[in-house]
Amino acid sequence: MAEIFASLALALHLLAGGDPELLRIVRLSLAVSLSSAALACAIALPLGAVVAVASFRGRRALIVLMNALLGLPSVVVGLLVYLLLSRAGPLGDLGILFTPPAIVIAQTLLVIPMVAALARQTVEDAWTEYREQLTSLNVRPLRAVPTLLWDARLSLFTIALAGLGRAFSEVGAVMIVGGNVDGVTRVMTTAIALKTAEGELPLALALGVVLLLIVLGINAAAFVLRDWTAPRHG
Amino acid sequence: MASPAPRDVLPLEARALTVRLGAREVLSHVSFRLEPGLRTVVLGPNGAGKTSLLRALHGLVPAAAGTITWGGAPRPRGAEAMVFQRPVMLRRGALANVEYALAVNGVGGSERRRRAREALERAGLASLAQRPARVLSGGEQQRLALARAWALRPRILYLDEPTASLDPTAAAEIEREIGAIHAAGTRIVMTTHHLGLARRIADEILFLHDGRLVEQTPAERFFDAPRSEEARQFLEGELPWSTA
Repeated sequence: MAEIFASLALALHLLAGGDPELLRIVRLSLAVSLSSAALACAIALPLGAVVAVASFRGRRALIVLMNALLGLPSVVVGLLVYLLLSRAGPLGDLGILFTPPAIVIAQTLLVIPMVAALARQTVEDAWTEYREQLTSLNVRPLRAVPTLLWDARLSLFTIALAGLGRAFSEVGAVMIVGGNVDGVTRVMTTAIALKTAEGELPLALALGVVLLLIVLGINAAAFVLRDWTAPRHG
Repeated sequence: MASPAPRDVLPLEARALTVRLGAREVLSHVSFRLEPGLRTVVLGPNGAGKTSLLRALHGLVPAAAGTITWGGAPRPRGAEAMVFQRPVMLRRGALANVEYALAVNGVGGSERRRRAREALERAGLASLAQRPARVLSGGEQQRLALARAWALRPRILYLDEPTASLDPTAAAEIEREIGAIHAAGTRIVMTTHHLGLARRIADEILFLHDGRLVEQTPAERFFDAPRSEEARQFLEGELPWSTA
């Protein structure tokens, strides 16, 4: 128990003191996670919505695949991205292995299945409700996609937050493709893993508390935002 | 619509129309002809197939057999609109709901805004233009649905129980608007359980029973002296409470 309180005090001290190293790690964590969540949503929300309303051969198989990818192990994604970006790999010429863009790519690939699968379910439920009305108004299924995405925006917002959470808490893939290079690709989670391995448990725990506080802050802000817009749209 | 169909979509004619929902045949070999200028009310007991008939005419459920023609030709795109018993409002303002319907049907720019505003004014909803459609009352939502359908200038308007679950004031408002839409030249095809409303609105009655069309009769004659035994029993059974 004493250890935990000591860590809590250390966490507050680190935050209050504005430790430059900590700030750099926090900033990088936020930057890569927000970028990958945004990229993943830009791809996965329309993708999920199209699968929800379109009818085509192999749709059911695709849905099973999308749902299965929810359980994609992050180290496997990390390994695949590593192989792609490594010097001998097909994208080796980019030279971005062990840089923040590599982390963004890995996290985006991890978040896409989750957002796509959940968005597909959400939009399909909305489509069930809207289908006859929209068909009556001469709206074709693909034209309904932006309509449904907009009308389901509150639920989709929660899904996007969950995606951000997955990106933010990711460690396995980030370690592999980022390399946890001090000052370059060290983010909150890899720093915690490193400090734990080095036996600096209070510092590791303190970083964990900081991570929790940031996630809590983002979700609180999102909740306030959602609460503020919800009654205006019914 | 943006460019109204030049050809005439009436008469609307169904020949041996059959509709199945799963294994159940909800409409069996229904044939009729709807001439221009009249208001048709579809009557019948619960489960007679009234809603299925409207949905089939509007193309929301496929015909298992039989044909439907509009002025002798296939369904003209954009010539019809429908007001559902429980209309779905988009999560946006009342005016934006009407503008959306116009936008997807190719009405753009200032014309879209003008027509949407005009439709809201006709429905007495101008003061609620910016209000989120989903927080409107049931009666207001039904009027908005009517305004949204009317803004599309349909040649044929289907209404499924438009006054169900509305209080008398809201129902009277809907009735007045249906009258105005008819007067403006739109062919009205409506289902209702409310015989008083049917009496006031209908020019002719399509009476369905158990998925079959039992009679198509001018409204006055139907209420005074229905031709079929089923209709006579229906009127006797319904009258004591529904014209009160």
